[in-house]
Amino acid sequence: MLAPLRRGGGGVGGAGRSSGAQVAEAEFTPFDPERFARRGMGGHGARLGLTYRAHGPDWVELALPYDPAQIGDPGRGVIASGPILAMMDMATSMAIWTRLGQFRMQATLDLRIDYLRPATPGRTVIGRGECYRVARAIAFIRGQAHDGDPADPLAHVAGTYMFLDGPR
Amino acid sequence: MTLPPYAELLALSVETAADGAPLLVMPFADDVVGRPGFLHGGAIGGLLEMAAIVAVQDALEAEGGGRIKPITVTVDYMRGGREKPTRAQGVVTRLGTRVANVEAIAWQDDRARPIAAARMNYLVVRT
Repeated sequence: MLAPLRRGGGGVGGAGRSSGAQVAEAEFTPFDPERFARRGMGGHGARLGLTYRAHGPDWVELALPYDPAQIGDPGRGVIASGPILAMMDMATSMAIWTRLGQFRMQATLDLRIDYLRPATPGRTVIGRGECYRVARAIAFIRGQAHDGDPADPLAHVAGTYMFLDGPR
Repeated sequence: MTLPPYAELLALSVETAADGAPLLVMPFADDVVGRPGFLHGGAIGGLLEMAAIVAVQDALEAEGGGRIKPITVTVDYMRGGREKPTRAQGVVTRLGTRVANVEAIAWQDDRARPIAAARMNYLVVRT
């Protein structure tokens, strides 16, 4: 397994790449969630309007802008739970690759989501996925979503992913 | 049965299962792709949630109607979703005064070989 590169400058937004990058580092490009998101997060991610927000050594934060096309409760204008599930699936997947320092084929084994409260209509939902353990065949993740105040989360997720290239 | 805008985003339509219960169909489209050639896990989860909601609302209407809110959803992914239509159906295992317990499965060619399954708990507010 490739070791993740040490990140400089707080580790947000790939800040460590700008100053004094050496040739040896340039030859080996670790997984960069910001660049990955810019290339597009798949058809469904694009349809939902998911964008990159921030990342750290083992976490990735994505944003889901409010879109009336995602409403699940027309009476109140609250978006459906599905788009939040999709964002957390994406954020937690990317958190694994960020922790590993490289992309690796994987499949979601299970994902549990607790809906703590409805998302506030009109607000962007922010989802932070964290990978807290990588085992030989399985990665373990957790995450939270909020719509402005991280201390007032609207959803909580926990789940597992299996690597498709076999145990290492 | 009217579906919310999110169901249109997934391009869902309602079919009637052999037992008369509602069943949802999601056509394959770029809008629901994850990694190339496969459905996005979030789209499969969204389809399962909509199937569960349709099943609870169908059961609730028979008892005078009401509103529901999702509390927890647990999705198990069993097979990759390929480039073909996906069907999903929810089964209400218990419709209580305040809580509905639902199971839902999603499949493509063969209902006996689901691509994903989920358990959901919904808070029920009866009207």
